[in-house]
Amino acid sequence: MAVAETAPKAGELRAYLKTHMREYGLLFALIAIMAFFQIVTSGTLMRPVNITNLFLQNSYIIIMALGMLIVIVSGNIDLSVGSVMGFVGAFAAVMIVKMGAPIWLTILASLLMGAAIGAAQGYWVAYWKIPSFIVTLAGMLVFRGASLWLLEGQSVGPFPPEFQRLSTGFVPDLFPRSVTEPIGALFGQRNLNLLCMGVGVLASAAILWSGLRRRARDAAYGVAGEPARFFWLRNVVAIGALLFLTFKLATFRGFPNVLVSMALLTLLYAFVTQNTVIGRRIYALGGNEKAAKLSGVRTERLTFLAFVNMGVLAALAGLIFAARLNTATPKAGFGIELDVIAAVFIGGAAMAGGAGKVVGAVIGAFIMGVMNNGMSIMGIGIDYQQVIKGLVLLAAVIFDVYNKRRQG
Amino acid sequence: MTALLEMRDITKEFPGVKALDRVNLVVERGEIHAICGENGAGKSTLMKVLSGVYPAGSYKGEIHYDGALAEFRNLSESEARGVVIIHQELALIPQLSIAENIFLGNERAARGVIDWNETWRRTEELLAKVGLRDAPGVLVGTLGVGKQQLVEIAKALSKDVRLLILDEPTAALQETDSRKLLDLMLELKAQGVTCIIISHKLNEVRQIADTVTVIRDGATVSRIDAREGLSEDRIVRDMVGRDMSHRYPARVSDPGEKIFEVEGWSVWHPEQAERRVIRDVSFHVRAGEVLGIAGLMGSGRTELAMSLFGRSWGRNVSGEARMRGRPVDLSSAPKAIAAGLAYVTEDRKHLGLILDESLRFNTTLANLPGVSRGGVLNEAEETRVSEGYRKAMATRTPSVLQKVGNLSGGNQQKVVLARWLFTDPEVLILDEPTRGVDVGAKYEIYTIINQLAAQGRAVVMISSEMPELLGMCDRIHVMNEGAFVGELTAAEASQERIMSLIVAQPREQGAA
Repeated sequence: MAVAETAPKAGELRAYLKTHMREYGLLFALIAIMAFFQIVTSGTLMRPVNITNLFLQNSYIIIMALGMLIVIVSGNIDLSVGSVMGFVGAFAAVMIVKMGAPIWLTILASLLMGAAIGAAQGYWVAYWKIPSFIVTLAGMLVFRGASLWLLEGQSVGPFPPEFQRLSTGFVPDLFPRSVTEPIGALFGQRNLNLLCMGVGVLASAAILWSGLRRRARDAAYGVAGEPARFFWLRNVVAIGALLFLTFKLATFRGFPNVLVSMALLTLLYAFVTQNTVIGRRIYALGGNEKAAKLSGVRTERLTFLAFVNMGVLAALAGLIFAARLNTATPKAGFGIELDVIAAVFIGGAAMAGGAGKVVGAVIGAFIMGVMNNGMSIMGIGIDYQQVIKGLVLLAAVIFDVYNKRRQG
Repeated sequence: MTALLEMRDITKEFPGVKALDRVNLVVERGEIHAICGENGAGKSTLMKVLSGVYPAGSYKGEIHYDGALAEFRNLSESEARGVVIIHQELALIPQLSIAENIFLGNERAARGVIDWNETWRRTEELLAKVGLRDAPGVLVGTLGVGKQQLVEIAKALSKDVRLLILDEPTAALQETDSRKLLDLMLELKAQGVTCIIISHKLNEVRQIADTVTVIRDGATVSRIDAREGLSEDRIVRDMVGRDMSHRYPARVSDPGEKIFEVEGWSVWHPEQAERRVIRDVSFHVRAGEVLGIAGLMGSGRTELAMSLFGRSWGRNVSGEARMRGRPVDLSSAPKAIAAGLAYVTEDRKHLGLILDESLRFNTTLANLPGVSRGGVLNEAEETRVSEGYRKAMATRTPSVLQKVGNLSGGNQQKVVLARWLFTDPEVLILDEPTRGVDVGAKYEIYTIINQLAAQGRAVVMISSEMPELLGMCDRIHVMNEGAFVGELTAAEASQERIMSLIVAQPREQGAA
């Protein structure tokens, strides 16, 4: 009966899955890892307070992963981001704590400082063709030393509360508690942040709507897109996870400020890389620099801008990190560049450039973050943690290469 | 005494192409044997068969070397028997010294420890033989091309060479260096080394060769004994004489006003500061005209095109370019595109396409503003545009989302053409537009070129295939050693005339 009809369709589905293994694999890997740690930590992982923590702990890595993705897609690498992040944090601390500069001025100056550092490194990479590995390795040493010098080897803090809010603040609810508490009670919770929940629901609707619109357009042009089953499965899982997370956050204190800036930046960068001329040219540059150049892409300038952008994001990460710790220490950002780079590669970017997506890099960062968090809750020592993270990175890349080979 | 080398009925097929079709080659002991033929005639393939790059079994036919059947399976087997090939692109390592290069892979060593005294002593002997007076410790990268060539020959001699094969040894050399090399070959001959030389320079062939074998389209055309007297005309005729009816779509030619003009264009080599690669080139092309540039590989055609298109090659570019009589700035690729120029590169895979990306991505790349508003891409518009070109050019692919790396050569070329058409250029420079394209797709590409001319665009077509130029162009400039050496109208052009312009004794260029 129906079996005869669905048999060829199953073959098609398998073929589609084979070529898109990577995208689904990543999402399901994250979910599987979260489920695993949820079970072994007996539910601690998904407690509202821990989910909030998870975002706070990983915000600066995710923000830098956005810039790193662009650098890596353009065919380069930036090893200096950890040092730059620490240096800018130190710079901000000196300005605010020691010199008493206003916060808005400090933030502005810090971001400009990040841009200048990115420009200084990008200049050598783009216009002198010095390998980015070397330039940023030098930068890593230089800015590590510079933050030590700036802080004179001491920790500088604490920051005024307004500055701390950059990292640890929450977006207040629009509705008074007299409205939200009874609604929370309906769900068996003490309180429910309606703004948070509302945004979650709206975002879910937006994801579904834009997905459907895209499908309709593909269909209109006769482009064979994602099979319907996969589309719905993927969306149900993603939206389910989104609603689940916002619900958890809503029952705690709502959206952390950091989550808002992180989410907005992720959306912005996803849009820029996938839907704009400049984004397209970055992929062309990384895919085949010579061909891109002969097609009128200003490859040098684009490489330069990729590093400027990375510098600004590293500076932002530095501010958030310093605000979170409420102090700037000479050790801040130590080794962070490796976590950022690992997140981008776990997310499917190619070392050679030209491939990789923002969403992938963010999921990659979350995979690392959840593992860090989960293993810490379980009380696994830092020694084993490092080994396991290393193996996960290797496994992700092997999975990539294996998939590519199978496609031929 | 039997011949040193006899290759009998050699046939070598690649998927879809018969590169060699029953080629015969007989090389006598102690002679200098020249092999002549156009680019792509099969000369290099034949030498690869001989030296074992294409191992025994991958071709049909027999090779008899030194009185025995030879079945070389790789380069080291043929080298062990004294067959050494020196390629046009030298295989030396610039960062190593002369001595290290000569004995690379063949080190004078005992139990893995190099005997430097022995190495240097042997190197000095070999260098004396080839007439090179540099010390064995000099880094190869600091030597000129002519001297590097001599190091290659010294390296061959270190392996007790009996049959030395030189692939276009003088192509990159200046006049005096070429002279030295030819003298050395005659000297080696006196010492009993047999030589095969592949060359386009017929005047040199005439000077040193004892026998000439001409190959055309993968088959032996003639074997000429030079001692009977060698006429360049005869060789040229044998090299090019082939049938060429109905391989090109008919076109009504109606050239209009002058669109693009270049005057006094000179370009220097990007690394070798003293080498002027393009010498004072001037030309123009009219609306609706197809202008051909003929010349052998290495004559500077690609360098000319790339230096025009946004100075993408060379340095110290000088000369003036005019568009409809007005000087235009072509100093970067975006400026060249804005001026109405398009350049379809010779090397699709490395300089043309982004192989991992889709047809759609590659089609719109040179004109992204055309499918975007305020810097935001309109994907639907991109699909419409690329779909339009796919249909118009009959590009065979299931969808515009297909990776271009998966397409055949002809279809890839159509994608590159589509990219440039979408920039709506006034002048298209097509560099070897049918290289690596099968016969059917060639015809389609010719048809597209004719349509472009009919739309009033000016087309400059660079090609190594003379029949293609004769079949397509209104006018042909002949290029040799970086200069334009002659201009022929469609009516007066013939393969013989082009070839004789190319092989004519190069003009004295003492100033260079």
